[in-house]
Amino acid sequence: MRSEAKRAPLGLSIAAWGGLAFLHVPLALIVLYAFSAEDKSYVFPPPALTTEWFAVAFERDDVWRAIGLSLRVAAWATATALVLGTLAAAALARTRFFGRDAITLLLVLPIALPGIVTGIALRTGFNSFEIPFSFWTIVIGHATFCVVVVYNNAVARLRRMSPSLVEASMDLGADGFQTLRHVIAPQLGSALLAGGLLAFALSFDEVIVTTFTAGQQTTLPIWMLQELIRPRQRPVTNVVAVIIIALTFLPILAAYALTRRDEPTR
Amino acid sequence: MTAAVALERVSCEFGSGPNRVRAVDAIDLALEPGEFFTLLGPSGSGKTTCLRMIGGFTLPAAGRILIGGVDMTMQPPYARPVNTVFQDYALFPHMTVRENVAYALMVRGTGKAERERRADALLDMVRLPGLGERRPAQLSGGQRQRVALARALINQPQVLLLDEPLGALDLKLREQMQGELKALQKSLGITFLFITHDQHEALSMSDRIGVIDRGRLEQVGTPRAIYDTPATRFVARFVGAANLLDGEPARRLTGHAAALLRPERIGLANGHDARATGTVTDVQYYGAFLRVTVDVGGARISADLAAAGALPEPGAQVALRWDAGAVHPLAADAR
Amino acid sequence: MAVALTWPPPPTRFGLLRRVSDRLYRTPRLLLALLLVPPLLWFGVFYLGSLFTLLANAFFQIDEYSGRVVRELTLKNFAALAEPANLDVALRTVTMAALVTLASVGLGFPVAHYMARHTSGATKALCYIAVMLPLWSSYLVRVYAWKLLLAKEGAVSWLAAQLHLGWLLDALLALPVVGGNSLSFSPLGTFVVFVYLWLPFMILPIQAAIERIPSSLLEASGDLGAAPHETFRSVILPLAWPGVAAGSILTFSLTLGDYIVPQVIGDSTLFIGQVVSLQQGVAGNIPFAAAFSLVPIVVVGAYLWFVKRQGAFDAL
Repeated sequence: MRSEAKRAPLGLSIAAWGGLAFLHVPLALIVLYAFSAEDKSYVFPPPALTTEWFAVAFERDDVWRAIGLSLRVAAWATATALVLGTLAAAALARTRFFGRDAITLLLVLPIALPGIVTGIALRTGFNSFEIPFSFWTIVIGHATFCVVVVYNNAVARLRRMSPSLVEASMDLGADGFQTLRHVIAPQLGSALLAGGLLAFALSFDEVIVTTFTAGQQTTLPIWMLQELIRPRQRPVTNVVAVIIIALTFLPILAAYALTRRDEPTR
Repeated sequence: MTAAVALERVSCEFGSGPNRVRAVDAIDLALEPGEFFTLLGPSGSGKTTCLRMIGGFTLPAAGRILIGGVDMTMQPPYARPVNTVFQDYALFPHMTVRENVAYALMVRGTGKAERERRADALLDMVRLPGLGERRPAQLSGGQRQRVALARALINQPQVLLLDEPLGALDLKLREQMQGELKALQKSLGITFLFITHDQHEALSMSDRIGVIDRGRLEQVGTPRAIYDTPATRFVARFVGAANLLDGEPARRLTGHAAALLRPERIGLANGHDARATGTVTDVQYYGAFLRVTVDVGGARISADLAAAGALPEPGAQVALRWDAGAVHPLAADAR
Repeated sequence: MAVALTWPPPPTRFGLLRRVSDRLYRTPRLLLALLLVPPLLWFGVFYLGSLFTLLANAFFQIDEYSGRVVRELTLKNFAALAEPANLDVALRTVTMAALVTLASVGLGFPVAHYMARHTSGATKALCYIAVMLPLWSSYLVRVYAWKLLLAKEGAVSWLAAQLHLGWLLDALLALPVVGGNSLSFSPLGTFVVFVYLWLPFMILPIQAAIERIPSSLLEASGDLGAAPHETFRSVILPLAWPGVAAGSILTFSLTLGDYIVPQVIGDSTLFIGQVVSLQQGVAGNIPFAAAFSLVPIVVVGAYLWFVKRQGAFDAL
């Protein structure tokens, strides 16, 4: 790796920065639109800017209900994923056994297969056993694909942890449970926090699997999808879009900061 | 007298199927209480595995391990009156130095004030006073090593296991620590089991040495015995420089079928006491001495000569002498 | 030197936890099993069980009169897959996925190359975050943003008008297969949105692959007389190829299974995801939906096999 970068040919620079701009312009525009005074708010350029739509959005009950549901689903899904992901990571971090790779594949599959496949699989599964679609079926779907996110973080940390730490703890008189409490848990802490934050953001944002596993419930992404197909008040949708950006972007940024911070100390 | 640690026909295996390997092969070993015992051997010889089995980190495939006369073969590490200083020190990075040292007392329920007092006393003993509040990441290698030592001693174990603890230190620091460890062991009277591949370390620090290779104990004895009267060729070659003579040259020069002759016991002959003559093929300068390789009738002999006075040149004819007692006969087998 | 250790050693604890710990220590397999049982149970029951019922349903069929699923094995669904209408849908989806992949490589490679070889330190970290940022925002919001952008009075039209390229826009929209009423209701629009959505997934593996190329190789190439574009073609491109392959897995399979973008941005032409969604929802024909959903699985599987041979798995 070079320590200084050399000057790039002009064409490459233009192509590169153009590509990056392409990635960011749409989101910047959405934030702009949230302040647009125009009712048919996709008119560009916006005739005037205002914050009134934020007030209108906050009055809308259905928006609050959707936000509340998404938060509750994400909380339960994250909690479940934390438990299952940590257990799996503890099992797979260092021990070699028959079937280990298969289990890793299994954990990745819900996210690796297209959402529609996971969604329809869960739906037919619940149908076949006559389980009604409800809050809990949504949570089950979300938890299933969130496990791998927690697992990745936990297993990476466990593999970086020197095995002699556990041995030293036992050597000094701590049994398995005490070692878990005094040595392993503090080491894992920030990795689990990062994994949990990622899982939360993933669950909060997910729409495809959710539409298949929900009954009458409307999570925030489902609300958004309905607005996309049959818009009610576009400006309110814009405001909600900005809220969604904030609510998913912030946890991921925090998780990223956590995992980056731990790397230099190793 | 009950051995501090006794291994009875202990074996350990790793891997599976065609890759199954015997790291330790039916070893018998007995450590006397209060002695400084070193297990010496090359990488992969099984010495670390032995230490791990005594510490309880690896469970043996066969045999018994007794500590203080009590069968502890299958006991977890936390149930054994043994403590370990790990090769990478294994200090808990999220705890302060004092918390590290006091860890063993903390998990056994000692009160905070009491265990802090004891931890500080131990830090004084390893000559790191006042460093209690630091974190391991802020310490130098030598300091971390002392903290690891203090942490392992706070529980007053019957046996202290040291897994190549000085390997990461530079030469001067290593020599200093060698002296300190030896003095510490003498004053505490705890049995030390020291693992190393460095023969100088082993010779200078130990009461007894066990030389191990490929899972088997080659010889157990005092440093002097190991050096002067090695039981096998491996020991002869591994500890100190050696001239190993076989067959025709051995018989011609020493009268034995196979023999060991240490280079430092060979000198330049001055007349009638020459036992061998030959041509110098190579001269290496080591500061304190010269290692001169001489071709004596087909056999290569190295002699360590004082680097003073007339220095032999390659191609020169020299005559070598040695005392009769310098020759140590060996078994004429392949090893 | 030494302070003699004069205090008596504290007693060791006993109790149930200690005995459990002993047991688990001596039989590590038991500990492993205990750790694995909850996650395996969950995945076995909820996930594998669901996949299995999906597979099973693909072999069932729906009774046309009662609308109930008849649990008898049949291959009728797969026969229906071969009908022209359905083949059309599958082909259209695969084509779109391929085109999106190609466009992503075209747009993403310069960005990745630039990031890897022409930035360093703070700029590089900034670029990295800049690529990740859109990923971190909500998927739906990004689709929604494009819906607004592509609308008739939206920003793209405005930009075209400003650049006096309005005629170009109309010409594109008039194209038979890919055009439509407006950009936001056309396959062309769908294509643009797909590329936008998955671009970061393509940039990151390529960037990682290029970064792994030791600069000594490039210096050697220049040293031996190669011009920069020759170095690019002979050294950088082949070594970055696994990254391209890895990125293409994501763009390909994500496009293949997506049904929201075609529904929101597309016109009435259907993609695989939409058919599956419609069949299991409105039509209630779960067996057919199940069979159709096997198509993306098979296609992705084949693609994975192909791409694995290009070394993509080493670059993920």
